[in-house]
Amino acid sequence: MNYTAVKSIYIFEMARFFRTIMQSLISPVLSTSLYFVVFGAAIGSRIEQVEGVSYGAFIVPGLIMLSVMTQATTNASFGIYFPKFIGTIYELLSAPVNFLEITMGYVGAAATKAMFIGLVILTTAYFFVDIQIAHPFAMFAFLTLTCISFSLLGFIIGIWAGNFEQLQLIPLLIITPLVFLGGSFYSISMLPPVWQTITLFNPVVYLISGFRWAFFGTADVSIGLSLCAIALFTGICLTAIWWIFRTGWRIRQ
Amino acid sequence: MPTIVSVQNLRKAYASGFEALKGVNLEIEEGEILALLGPNGAGKTTLISTICGITVPTSGSVTVGGHDTRTAFRAARNLIGLVPQEINLEPFETVFNSVRFSRGLFGKPRNDAYIDKVLDQLSLIDKKHSKIMTLSGGMKRRVLIAKALSHEPRVLFLDEPTAGVDVELRKDMWEVVAGLKASGVTIILTTHYIEEAEAIADRVGVINKGEILLVQDKAELMAQMGRKQLQIELAEAIDEIPKGLKSYDLARANDGLHLTYSYDTKGERTGITTLLNDLAASGLKMKDLQTKQSSLEDIFVGLVKEQA
Repeated sequence: MNYTAVKSIYIFEMARFFRTIMQSLISPVLSTSLYFVVFGAAIGSRIEQVEGVSYGAFIVPGLIMLSVMTQATTNASFGIYFPKFIGTIYELLSAPVNFLEITMGYVGAAATKAMFIGLVILTTAYFFVDIQIAHPFAMFAFLTLTCISFSLLGFIIGIWAGNFEQLQLIPLLIITPLVFLGGSFYSISMLPPVWQTITLFNPVVYLISGFRWAFFGTADVSIGLSLCAIALFTGICLTAIWWIFRTGWRIRQ
Repeated sequence: MPTIVSVQNLRKAYASGFEALKGVNLEIEEGEILALLGPNGAGKTTLISTICGITVPTSGSVTVGGHDTRTAFRAARNLIGLVPQEINLEPFETVFNSVRFSRGLFGKPRNDAYIDKVLDQLSLIDKKHSKIMTLSGGMKRRVLIAKALSHEPRVLFLDEPTAGVDVELRKDMWEVVAGLKASGVTIILTTHYIEEAEAIADRVGVINKGEILLVQDKAELMAQMGRKQLQIELAEAIDEIPKGLKSYDLARANDGLHLTYSYDTKGERTGITTLLNDLAASGLKMKDLQTKQSSLEDIFVGLVKEQA
């Protein structure tokens, strides 16, 4: 195992993040504040408590998940797409590193950035609403797993993408709708029965539900199911990446 | 000299059916500068990319320092440095960080003093903390070399190091290459500038249409394959070549004052002595004599044409 290489990729990628630290910070803080103003204060004041939690607090886990999932995906996809785009990928392909090391470096950095943003949002939320975290350890574990699994997905997208449009396509067309419809801003028990069933096919439901359980101790689906969903998702992504490097798909001719 | 890179029957066919390499065999000796000469699209870059692991071969094998590049890729790649043809660099990063990243990728422990030494060698030390995007084209190319040298490789591949580089910078680059050779690095460079191969290579390989046409010591190659020309300047113009000289392969210049005799340096008899005797016998007076060695370019063009 070439740990020095993993560390080098990680540091190099994090440097990109720190170069634009202000943008990285301001945008999630601002968008979270806007969500709280609109959903929490304006609309939330007319909504009664959801599952015993004030609406403002109820949306916090969903908001964090929304940002974390999109950030993890876009960071990781950009991280590996950029070397492909500017040609520096040659260096990775000719270095004594295997797929696991490359993935660990890029995905590790993307997950760290997403995690950082998640924690910034959580901190911002403290200024707007009163939240208590029922299971801090589980909250942290769910956050970490989500960051990693969605960074893996982003990594695959980055390898697949042939241009910048494609790079944006999946986060925009798939992830954002799935997160919005995955119960970020409502409990799925609030939906009509037919939609409740349909929603259960949305994998994001399990992640948000699990994450919300860590905060408030209540969930739409059982916590075991949530863990299985995230493990399955991570497993699928890892297998896909292993296959990509084995066949050289889109990276090695 | 022991062999450091050995290419055995290497083939590469792309999905489109195009065969970029058609069974290449090549032995590269430790410490030499080998120039791979070939026209655009000859397979030079594919060959280098396949040795370095960027392209997967269809069949055949490559060993570097005795390590197979596929089964023992880590050991093999540790010995290799690659300078690509295109200037592929992260524009927003500094020179130093970029080079340090390359060293890390190869699993080498951090050694800033060594990186400084490489940057100094390549006259980049003043630009150490500059962002790559602020550098000139020639400097960027040096950064690529610094990155390739960052992990102390024993074999350096330079893919068209002077493509699109002005004459002065090209000479600079040749000096850099000579310096690297002196430090014991084996260098393989591809080029389509014949003068480049002629100026710096120890051996020359000619590649065309995915096949190696020959690999030979540069001086030997030129001596063996080179044709020489003897130019005779006459004191008085002639209208036609005298009868007594018809048996020679002589060309008369339009001005009637110059005769050119081509001969092969490989031949045991060049025919020069008898030609000069017959020249005197036919009453022609010589004003001057000159011989001209054909260049590597003539040899190269001849070989490539022959294959076509």
